[in-house]
Amino acid sequence: MADPMRIRAQAAGGKATVRVLMSHEMESGQRKDAAGKTVPAWFIQEVTATLNGKQVLSAEWGPAVAKNPFMQFSIKSAKAGDKVAVTWKDNKGETRTDEATVS
Amino acid sequence: MQTRRETLKHSAVVAGLLATAGYPGFAMAAFNKAGFDAKTVQDATKAFGASSLAESKDVTITAPDIAENGAVVPMGASTALAGVKQLLILVEKNPSTLVAAFNVSDTVDANFSTRAKMGQSSDVYAVAIMADGKALWAKKEVKVTLGGCGG
Amino acid sequence: MKTVFPLSIAAAMALALTPAMAQKTASQGIDEYRAMLADGNPAELFEAKGEDLWKKARGPKNASLEKCDLGKGPGVVKGVFVELPRFFADTQRVQDLESRLASCMEMLQGFNAAEIAKTPFGRGEMANVTALATWVSAESKGLKFNLSQSHTQEKTFYEVGKRLFFQRGGTHDFSCASCHGEEGKRIRLQDLPILTKSPGDGLGFAAWPAYRVSNGQMWSMQLRLNDCYRQQRFPYPGFGSDATIALSTYLGVNAKGAASIAPAIKR
Repeated sequence: MADPMRIRAQAAGGKATVRVLMSHEMESGQRKDAAGKTVPAWFIQEVTATLNGKQVLSAEWGPAVAKNPFMQFSIKSAKAGDKVAVTWKDNKGETRTDEATVS
Repeated sequence: MQTRRETLKHSAVVAGLLATAGYPGFAMAAFNKAGFDAKTVQDATKAFGASSLAESKDVTITAPDIAENGAVVPMGASTALAGVKQLLILVEKNPSTLVAAFNVSDTVDANFSTRAKMGQSSDVYAVAIMADGKALWAKKEVKVTLGGCGG
Repeated sequence: MKTVFPLSIAAAMALALTPAMAQKTASQGIDEYRAMLADGNPAELFEAKGEDLWKKARGPKNASLEKCDLGKGPGVVKGVFVELPRFFADTQRVQDLESRLASCMEMLQGFNAAEIAKTPFGRGEMANVTALATWVSAESKGLKFNLSQSHTQEKTFYEVGKRLFFQRGGTHDFSCASCHGEEGKRIRLQDLPILTKSPGDGLGFAAWPAYRVSNGQMWSMQLRLNDCYRQQRFPYPGFGSDATIALSTYLGVNAKGAASIAPAIKR
């Protein structure tokens, strides 16, 4: 089971700025290991986020996103107390969802 | 390494799931393999349905002038324009140009940041895919340096 | 203390870069880059893991680390980072944070500290020690270093650390002082802090543990010292060895008054 994300969501002026740190190798598939074999690509492909259960964000990522990726986005209409959940799914089908409360 | 067949099957499954979940609009968001395999900015934007490519002062790419290490380079794409379907972030000289594609909807600002790997100094692009099929871009050069002993 | 590029080097760099960059030195550009990464430091992922490990009952004794004494009493975590290394009566040794964590893991949880010491960095329980150290350091973020030199052994370790700092050896006849013994030294674009005195807030001893973006690894002070020795072409020091703790004592005492920024983000 993958390590938890760090999600910070702050409300200001009716919007919520959400900053997420995810724990993931984001292996590009370009590297070779010490034996000369290509390390297989393993990366987050889809990222979605919900506000109080309703989808607000969806994104597709490629292997060029950095390891232990960071993402920031702004939900148009949100307030303190709302629940933000972020889900990622990688190319192996593994997935992780974490939640945070807008402060 | 995932085979092509597995990738296509995966895309179909995802599209199916999204459609049945009641998000027909998002069903198009199944992993755009062609986009992520593209080697040029033009090919990547074509894969997202854009028919024309033009520089625009209304699109902003945020990135540092110089990155101490290409493994983690912060970059963001934003625009205040209306009618944007997606915001793409691309690194021109990467083996595959497209880093990330964010779907723009009425629930989020068209303003996204993430961090990318850069193989070498390169232009970094923000591309707004418009609903009318145009693609508007802005770019910035980011120099990548290695640095010394890691102190 | 930021080293200042000699005017000639800055000028040469400005000429070498595109016209748009001529107004900014490479050093300034890198500072901006680091500032952009400071918010959302992946070290936070290790902090969260460390906090979890502190509170979770684990090991043969199925106990948590919440009674671990890191120098300010059992269970006290805030403020301990900037007072380590220090002498501990129960082990009769001067210990740094990581060796002390390993001691607590043995005493409270039943792990084998010697086995942990032999585990490579980044693996198994050693990775857990690093995560714990990351969290403990975060609990002292912004506080100023203030190591004790009241116990005789603490004084001895300082002196031993000083000797080791200047001791030249290995195939290249390097010492720590070769890189860190003078103001204004750098390797390529990495400024090297002077460590014979306080290098200032957030530099040197005050900047580790740190997340290294170049390899996506969390580096503790023990690993930092280990890698310094590797670069000097010395044999690897043992984890938690007297040599590494003596050096940490020297660096930590010298850093008195400097504010800690650990866990930091580094190239």
